Order: sequence, then C-alpha cells, then structure tokens
Amino acid sequence: MISIFPSLLNGTVITLKLLISSMFFGLLIGLFFAILRINNNPLINKFAYGYSYFFRGTPLLVQLYLIYYGLANIEFLRNSFLWVVIREPYWCAIIAFSLNTGAYTSEILRSAFQTIKEGYIEAAQSLGVSKKITFYKIQIPIAIKQSLPAYGNEIILMLKGTSLASVITIMDLMGEARKVNVLTFKPFEAFITAGIIYLFLTFIIHNIVKNLEKKYGFQT
Amino acid sequence: MELLSFGDTGWGDELFFATLMTIAVSIAAMAIGFVFALIFTPLKLSKNKTLNVIGNCYTTIIRGVPELLVIYLLFFGGTGAVMYVASIFGYDGYIEINAFITGALAIGIISGAYSTEVFRGAILSIDKGQFEASQVLGIKKSIQFYKVILPQMLRLSIPNLSNVWQITLKDTSLISVTGLVEIMRQSYIAAGSTRDPLFFYSVAAALYLVLTFFSMKIINKLEVRFNKGY
Repeated sequence: MISIFPSLLNGTVITLKLLISSMFFGLLIGLFFAILRINNNPLINKFAYGYSYFFRGTPLLVQLYLIYYGLANIEFLRNSFLWVVIREPYWCAIIAFSLNTGAYTSEILRSAFQTIKEGYIEAAQSLGVSKKITFYKIQIPIAIKQSLPAYGNEIILMLKGTSLASVITIMDLMGEARKVNVLTFKPFEAFITAGIIYLFLTFIIHNIVKNLEKKYGFQT
Repeated sequence: MELLSFGDTGWGDELFFATLMTIAVSIAAMAIGFVFALIFTPLKLSKNKTLNVIGNCYTTIIRGVPELLVIYLLFFGGTGAVMYVASIFGYDGYIEINAFITGALAIGIISGAYSTEVFRGAILSIDKGQFEASQVLGIKKSIQFYKVILPQMLRLSIPNLSNVWQITLKDTSLISVTGLVEIMRQSYIAAGSTRDPLFFYSVAAALYLVLTFFSMKIINKLEVRFNKGY
C-alpha cells in the first residue's frame, strides 16, 4: 500500500503542472474570445461562437486525439518548427486542454460582461474616462469578480479533464494509477488511492475559490 | 469521401452503427442515472443526518473524481469483484462482464450524481404553498409526490437535465478505453487501419456535434411542451 505512494505523488505533480498551465493559457484564450463574443461585428461574433460551440459540443477526448494524432498528419506542420511542440504528448495535452477550457471560460466571461450594470459604464463615461480605460479598469475586473463561482467549477472540471492525458501516454496521476493496476493487479487499491488524491485536490481548489470569493466577491 | 462509403470498402456503415451505439449507451446511462437520482435525491433532502451524509457523499465523491477513474474502477474492479463472488459459490472460471453494461453503469453513476443535484434544486424551488395546499386538501404523501411534486419537478428540471444529457453524451466517449465500439472507438480503429487520424477524428467530432445539435432541438421542443400551462 505504502509502496505505491511515491509513484502516485509523482503523477500528482504532473497533473498539477498540466492543470496550472492549461488554466493559464485557457484564461487568456477565454478572455480573448469573450471580447470577440461581445463585439458587434456579426462575423467576428459568429467566429467566436463557432469556436465555443465546437469545443463545448465535442468530447475532450476527441479534441485530444485530433491534436495528438490528427495534427501529425498534416505535412507542412511536420516540416515546420511547430513539430517540436506537437510531437510531444505533454504539449498536445496542454494545447487541447487550454482550447477546451478556453471555450468554457469565454462563455463564463461573456455572461459576466453582459450582466455588468449599464450604470457603471455610464458613470465612467460621464466622468470622462476613456473607453479603453473603462474596459480595462472597470469592465474586466467586475467581470472577473462576477465569474469567480462559475470559474471555480471550471477549474474542478478541468482537474478531472487532465486525467485524459493518461490515454496519450502521459504519466499523470491517472497514468500512474493505471500502471500500478497493471503491475500489481490490485485495481481497488490503485484507483481508490488515486480517487482520494483527486478528491483532496478538488477540496483544496474548492476552498481556495471560496476564500477568493469571500475576499473579492461581489454582491450586486 | 470514399472512406465514408457504406459496405466493405468504406467506414460509413461502421461509423453509423457506432453512432447508434453511442446513443444507446447514453440513453441507458441516463436511465440508470435517473434511478440513482430517485434514490439519492430523497436522501439529500431528508432531515435524518445519516441519510443526508450518505446522499452528500455520493454526489461529492462522484463529482470530485475524474470520470475515467469511475470507468476504470468498474471495468477492472468489477470483473474481479464478480469473480470473487462467483468463487464463493464455487465457480472458478473467468467471467467477463459485458462492456456495454459496465460502461452504461459507470456513466450512469456519474450522470446520476448530476441528476441528483438537478432534482434537488428543482424540488427546493417548488413553492412551499404547493406542499401545504396538498396537505390541507388531505392528499396522501405518496400521491402528493406523484401527482403534485413530480410533474412540477420535471418541468423545472428540464433545462438543467439538458445539460446533464450533454455531459453524459460526451462522457460516453470515455468508454472507448474499455473497448466498447462506439463513435470514439470506431474512429480509433478506422484511423489506425487507414493511417488517416485527422480525417476520422474530425468525422467523430462532427458526429458528436450533430448529436448534440439534434438533442438540443428535441429538448427545446420538450421544454415548450412542458411549459404550456405557464
């Protein structure tokens, strides 16, 4: 029982690395597409909607396989400098997870942008604050505050999503648990221990988000 | 496009049946999930502390661990558990549980946790007056549930159940790791034998999009139907 812990902990580190990097890139992508979504130009709007529709309407596994197995099929990508990135399963996983969580994040932020009270923007306008500063200093902070609870859920969903990395040979927590199962034929020990670690991580993330909500939370 | 033709040369018919399999697993999982939800929703709403803890444990644990973990646990652990039980009764041969049953059960347990939360929210949002009025009219508890609460609960939970359905539909792709031939597994096989993963995974993505698109259409119709009186 004790002997499986070191390998599972190694896996946990990889899981956390995957989670943190994909959440970071996902937030940037999400913010970018949320801004496109509230744009008035129908073409830009449709494009951003299509992006989020595709990534929210297909399973994460399909997206992961498309990027890991599919991109390697394109000749010019294989010859370009990008090949260094897309031949590594680790980077493929990060790309797939970031694009996936980016789609969900863009929806969360969009609804947050749209529920900002007109009064804030009008107040800023009447004070002579420029449009750009209103956006960066008023709209974005309010949107981020308002979307904290939904974003917390998204982090937990993504933590569970990172377990898919194990199917493309990454030794994350799930991958290590699978290895333990194969080596020892003790599925219950391997998977239940991994499950407890996942629950523990979920619990920590839940509490961090709850504290952030208390600190920066925003009652409207 | 030749790759998608029906018959021996193309993968069209294989993918078509794989899509039917995905739909079948999703529906079976959703139904199993409802059974779980109908058991655990009363537990979560119960005033008894112990029952409450049991209900909360189910939803918290299932929603806190990866879906893949539940599937692996049932797939690898389930066979062992069944064989252990069989060995008590004196059967020592190898027993393999059907991948469809394991998969539907695993996804059903997961979707049940989400459905439980949806039903709980729906019951809590039913007006207190409805319970009181039916009590005043002297309606029996069981009839009150079936004739007063259940119809309202279903109406209120349709929008959220459509989310659960989408999650369930997408989760079925994970069963492919256990070898059940649904969209994902079939694309994997096709991609492997034709060496064209980009094409077949794009087809898989398109099939999932079509499924989510049409199920949304159907659910929207249902929503309109159930909201008729409002």
